Amino acid sequence: MTNRLSTAFSNGPALVAFITAGDGDTDANLDALVAGGANVIELGMPFTDPMADGPAIQAANIRALGNGTKTADVLTIATDFRTRHPEVPLVLMGYANPMIRRGPEWFADALEAAGVDGVICVDLAPEEDEDLGPALRAKGIAPIRLSTPTTDDARLPQVLDGSAGFLYYVSVAGITGKQSAAIDSIEANVRRIKQHTDLPVAVGFGVREPDQAREIARIADGVVVGSAFIDLVEKYGSDAPQHLQALTAKLADAVHNAR
Amino acid sequence: MTENTPNSFRNQPDDRGHFGQFGGRYVAETLMPLVLDLEKEYRKAQGDSAFKAEFDDLLEHYVGRPSPLYFAPRITEELAKTAPQGMGAQVWFKRDELNHTGAHKINNCIGQILLAMRMGKTRIIAETGAGQHGVATATVCARFGLPCVVYMGQEDVRRQSPNVFRMKLLGAEIVPVTAGRGTLKDAMNEALRDWVANVHDTFYIIGTAAGPHPYPELVRDFQSVIGKEARAQMLERTGKLPDLAVACIGGGSNAIGLFHPFLDDPEVKLLGVEAAGKGLHGDEHAASLAGGFPGVLHGNKTYLLQDEDGQITEGHSISAGLDYPGIGPEHAWLKETGRVEYTSSTDDEALEAFQLLCRTEGIIPALEPSHAIAAVAKVAPTMRKDQTILMNLCGRGDKDIFTVAEALGVEI
Repeated sequence: MTNRLSTAFSNGPALVAFITAGDGDTDANLDALVAGGANVIELGMPFTDPMADGPAIQAANIRALGNGTKTADVLTIATDFRTRHPEVPLVLMGYANPMIRRGPEWFADALEAAGVDGVICVDLAPEEDEDLGPALRAKGIAPIRLSTPTTDDARLPQVLDGSAGFLYYVSVAGITGKQSAAIDSIEANVRRIKQHTDLPVAVGFGVREPDQAREIARIADGVVVGSAFIDLVEKYGSDAPQHLQALTAKLADAVHNAR
Repeated sequence: MTENTPNSFRNQPDDRGHFGQFGGRYVAETLMPLVLDLEKEYRKAQGDSAFKAEFDDLLEHYVGRPSPLYFAPRITEELAKTAPQGMGAQVWFKRDELNHTGAHKINNCIGQILLAMRMGKTRIIAETGAGQHGVATATVCARFGLPCVVYMGQEDVRRQSPNVFRMKLLGAEIVPVTAGRGTLKDAMNEALRDWVANVHDTFYIIGTAAGPHPYPELVRDFQSVIGKEARAQMLERTGKLPDLAVACIGGGSNAIGLFHPFLDDPEVKLLGVEAAGKGLHGDEHAASLAGGFPGVLHGNKTYLLQDEDGQITEGHSISAGLDYPGIGPEHAWLKETGRVEYTSSTDDEALEAFQLLCRTEGIIPALEPSHAIAAVAKVAPTMRKDQTILMNLCGRGDKDIFTVAEALGVEI
C-alpha cells in the first residue's frame, strides 16, 4: 500500500497533531488541524482508564465517553477523515483493551477498511506484541512504538523490532502534557536512537509552544503536540476549529522552518 | 478439569510472566525497564537466604506469625443444624485477621519493602481501596523510615475515614483521587502515573496479586505463607489435609496465598468467592470471573468487568476491598484449568454471615471474608461431619462497623 507515513516525514520535519475522538466536533477539529498544516494526525481512542495520560487528556477521554463515543464512532471518524483527506496519514493512539476487545484481526480489518496508517498502543509492551502486532502488520498497518528516557541501548533493538511508521520518542519519564524535557537530553536521545534505526523519530510529551517545537524540529523528524490542542477543544467547544487551526499554523510554521 | 491438565499447577507463570493466556507485562514503555529490573532483583532475592531470613523474622516478630488455626465449634454446630443426618462439615479458620494491622495485607508489604530497599529505592507509593493495604504499606514505611504516598479514591476516602486517619498517624501522605468514579481502579491509575514520573527513586507496592509481571508472582509468593502454615497446621491438628479450602477474592491475594500450597493436592477442593454485590444479573457486582471477559488493564491480562467496546465498568460491593473490576491473572488461569472453583456471595449474604460469625464465635470479621463465610454456610451442610473446611479469615471487621451499621439501619 502507499506509504502516507513515510511520505509525510520525507520533506523535512513533520508536525504530528493529536486530539481525542468524540471530544467536541471531531470532524471539524481534524479538518482544522489539516488546514493549519499538520502533517500527521493522531486520533485518540477514548478509554476509561488512560493511565499514561495527564489531566488534560484524561478529561478529554471522559468527555468523549460521556458523549457516548463507541469504537464504531471512532472508526466512522477515521473513515470519513480518509475520504476528505486521502493523503494525510492517520494514526490511532490508545490503550490495548479497546483495541483487542473483539480480537486483533477484527481490529486490523476495521482499521484497514477505515484507511488508518498506524497504531500507537500505549500499554502494549514489545514483549506482548503478539496480541496486536502480527494482525496489524498483516494488513500493512504500522505498529508505532514508544521509546522513553528509560529505554537504554540494550533494550532499543527489542522496541524497534516489528515497529514501523515512525518511532515516538517520549521525551520525559512521566505522563502526557505535564513537564517538558531539556533540549540537550532530547538531542542526545534522538541521536542515540538514530544509531539504531532508519525510522523517522518524532518527539512528544510536554510540547506546547512554537519555540519548543522549533528547537525539537532542528534535531528530530517530527514533533508531537497533544495536550495543547485538547485544552483548546475543552475551552472553546464548538468554536474550537478556528483556534486549533491558528495554533496548528504557528506550530507548523515553527516546525517546517526550523532548519 | 480439562484434558490439558498440567503436571503441576504450581509452576506458573512462564518466564514471560504468563499464566496460560493471562498475566504478562502490559505497561507503558517508561515502566518496562523498571519492571524487568524488579524481576531480576526478585530472582536474586529468592536465592538469597539472608532475604528470606529477614522476611521470616519480620513476619514472626513484627506481624505475629504464624497466625493461629482455629476450629470454630459453634458455627460448625449452627451450620450442621440445617444439614441432613451425618452432614455438616467442620469449619476451621486461618486467623490472618490477627496479624498486625488486622489483615493479610501486611505479609506482602513486608516482602515488597524489603525488595524496594534492595533496589535502592527511597520512596514508596501504593494504591488502596478499603484502606487495609494503605495502612499496611504506611506501617512498613514507618517501620523502615521511608516516605509513603498512598493514592485513594475520593469516594473511598469518604467511606473509610478511620483508615485514612490511621495512615496519617503512620506518617503517610494520602492523595485523594477524583478521576473516574474515585474508587480503587482510579487510585491504581493515579499510582501508575506517579510511578511513571518517578521511576528513578520510587517503588510501587501493589496490594494484590495483579499488575505487570512479576507482581502477581511475588505477591503470591509472599502471601503463600498463609497456605504453607495452614497446610502444616491442618496436618498437625487433624492428621489430614482439609477437604475444602475457601477464600474471598477481590484482586485475589489472600486466596492465592491460601490456595497455592494446596494446588497439587488433588484431594483438596478449592473455592474462591467473589463479590456478587446486589446480584450477578445486573451491573452492580464485582465478580470479574462470573461476569467479566478477558482483557488488559493495569499491566496484566485477566478477566475484567467491561462493556462490548472494552471500556472498564465499575464494580460494586458493600466491601470496598472487593470493589475492583479485575482479578489476579493466576485466578483467571485456575478458573480456566478448572483447578479452583469460583462462586460469589451477595452484599446481603455477606452481611448475614458477618453477623453469624460475630454471634457464634465472638469474632468480628471484615466484610471481605464475610463473603467467604457466606459460601461456607452454603457448602458446609452438603459435606459430611468428618470432613473439614479451611477458610482464610483474612481481615478483622473493626474498619467495617460503620458500613455494617448503615446497611442494618442502625445509628451509632
